Amino acid sequence: MANPKSAYSVSSKKEKSDTHIIVVWVDNEAGVLARVVGLFSGRGYNIESLAVAEVDAKKSISRITIVTTGTPQVIDQIKLQLKKLVPVHKVADFKRNDKGVIFKEMALFKVVGNNAKIKKAINACKKYDAVILDKTKKSNVIQITALRREIDKMAKNLRKFGLVSVSRTGAVAMTRGDKVFN
Amino acid sequence: MSKLFTGAEIVFKCLEDQKVEYIFGYPGGAVLPIYDELKNFHSIKHILVRHEQGAGHAAEGYARSSGKPGVVLVTSGPGATNAVTALTDAYMDSIPLVCISGQVPTHLIGTDAFQECDTTGITRPCTKHNWLVKDIKDLQNIMHKAFEVATTGRPGPVLVDIPKDIQFQKIKYENFESKKKLNGKKHKKFSQIEIDNLINLMSKSKRPIFYTGGGVINSGPKASDLLRELVAATGFPITSTLQGLGCFPGYDNQFLGMLGMHGTYEANNAMHDCDLMINIGARFDDRITGKLDEFSPNSKKVHIDIDPSSINKNVKVDLPIVGDVKEVILSTIKTLNKKKPNFSKSNKQNISKWWGKIEQWRKKNSLNYINSDSSIKPQYAVQRLYELTKEKDTYITTEVGQHQMWAAQHYKFDKPNRWMTSGGLGTMGYGLPAAVGVQVAHPDKLVIDIAGEASVLMTMQEMSTAVQYNLPIKIFILNNEYMGMVRQWQELLHDKNYSESYTAALPDFVKLAEAYGCVGIRATTPDELDEKINQMLNTNRPVIFDCLVDKQENCFPMIPSGKPHNQMILGPEDEKENKITGKGKTLV
Repeated sequence: MANPKSAYSVSSKKEKSDTHIIVVWVDNEAGVLARVVGLFSGRGYNIESLAVAEVDAKKSISRITIVTTGTPQVIDQIKLQLKKLVPVHKVADFKRNDKGVIFKEMALFKVVGNNAKIKKAINACKKYDAVILDKTKKSNVIQITALRREIDKMAKNLRKFGLVSVSRTGAVAMTRGDKVFN
Repeated sequence: MSKLFTGAEIVFKCLEDQKVEYIFGYPGGAVLPIYDELKNFHSIKHILVRHEQGAGHAAEGYARSSGKPGVVLVTSGPGATNAVTALTDAYMDSIPLVCISGQVPTHLIGTDAFQECDTTGITRPCTKHNWLVKDIKDLQNIMHKAFEVATTGRPGPVLVDIPKDIQFQKIKYENFESKKKLNGKKHKKFSQIEIDNLINLMSKSKRPIFYTGGGVINSGPKASDLLRELVAATGFPITSTLQGLGCFPGYDNQFLGMLGMHGTYEANNAMHDCDLMINIGARFDDRITGKLDEFSPNSKKVHIDIDPSSINKNVKVDLPIVGDVKEVILSTIKTLNKKKPNFSKSNKQNISKWWGKIEQWRKKNSLNYINSDSSIKPQYAVQRLYELTKEKDTYITTEVGQHQMWAAQHYKFDKPNRWMTSGGLGTMGYGLPAAVGVQVAHPDKLVIDIAGEASVLMTMQEMSTAVQYNLPIKIFILNNEYMGMVRQWQELLHDKNYSESYTAALPDFVKLAEAYGCVGIRATTPDELDEKINQMLNTNRPVIFDCLVDKQENCFPMIPSGKPHNQMILGPEDEKENKITGKGKTLV
């Protein structure tokens, strides 16, 4: 916009975005997920995937894992804004390519077809810890755990082997070794 | 066995323990049990407003002028939604509010019951935190926690939504110990190293400036005292945001006036050319920075703020110091006195060239305007109002628009908590109810709402509140029949297409005043202005002052569309000068 007819400045700099995994420990109370997710949508941050469950029933703490992309400044803001929320205890942030952290997503594939096709499908899934959860003469439900892009690839590849349905989770993350994030 | 109290009683017992004196509210079905208890708690006075938005703004005025949290009590559904604008306003300007709303009984929640709405859902993005009380056992803790969240760290609004059945249920009340800290959000304290770094930057700087904001006000009156001490001890120039006005005397020679879109020439140029910017309790708002890429390109930036998320949000800074403004300034003064005694004298030479430059900019006299004998110029009206009230300890509120900027430019404050204006959200209709709240907090002080005729009509009904409680607020309307700021932008940016910015039918404000049971005064010429203002000041009742001002006047100086600080439009005189001299721009 050459003449924006506005007193607001026009954004001109485009910084590079990176994918980050943000882990948030929160009190497991009513509305807490809405607060976290609302903060993202309200401030225009992006959520690629989301995983949430209670991890400490005694203290009633839930762990929310959010995959997001943003410039370093945006990622910084996400962390600082999250820390301001009253039910948030701590916030961790990992880069997707951080070697010290394990990221995993789980996916369920339903494959329908003849024996040969199903076998091929199972074979293709083997390197991602494939587990057969359900088996009939005409179908199989296969569970795999892998990285996001690997699951993306599998979901595409399995189509030719009779893939009819995909269900997948958001990423969860954990540091390697004996370190615990505090 | 100890005595059992109803939820409604618990609400009041908590308010008592929090030393609440006034609540601003409006009754309705879902808060009737709470209203029923009002008569039993004599230390708490209820101010009945005419609209829940008015209750919110009144509580904001109360809070901003007294430093205590404002308390709002509204019913479910429309009561709560009407309060949303005020909550958002308080959120943007960091004003501590505790809003208590009624809710339909728990067993009806989610059934689209009469006057039901998802209050905690609606107010989630405009409060620091909110609670829906589903169990009477939680009520007491939540109430106290609400006050803690609202008033600690960066202050802001909170909301407690209480279903009607909870208000009836009974439970014990545990004595409240105000010392008990309930898991408040804590941030690590700033370190001495950071202060040392600041002193280091200060002693190296040749072109320093203090840029102060509402955080200084929020840190308490002591912070303003310390700021004055620091500014005197350094000899540095200081500018202030809209919200920070009053934390440093407006008439002091070191004060460059307000900065930003309608700030002074000297303040904005100094911000642009400085080599050290010390931001104290301000947040690099877009009305301040102008074009971000060209914002103060050659300066080291220091940011002192209590809210870590304010740091690096809009502008990358070199030295962030997270902490309460008061404590950071105190540390800075102590360290400065120890390391560099007589700094302002020894450093004088270092920054004398800088002051010379600033004096050059000052000569522009950027707040100047062409006065008139026949019509009242709005700037002149504010100047006269200032001259005639400056001896009194005056509290000023404003609405939003041109009049707000003229008030900020021409009314000079010398104390904190005297200036109440909607900065972040820019809420038209803020000033009149805010004045009600200010007058409640300071019954014997002079409280003036500098208003525009369009803004003030948005919450005009609160005059009725002022009359009911004998609050002698003065509504000083700069009446130009236009939404002036809208008209100004249309003139400058939309080829003078004045689309819907003229109010073709306005009430007769003098008669309106009389209808409300207060006093109406009208001034039409500059000659009679002083006399009429004095008449207003001598009236110990609420007054609506209809000041008919020049309809075409624009608010200058101004940083236009997406421009940096050093490319301001000065007033009409400057425009003329530029025309005469043709290409030769006389800008310094």
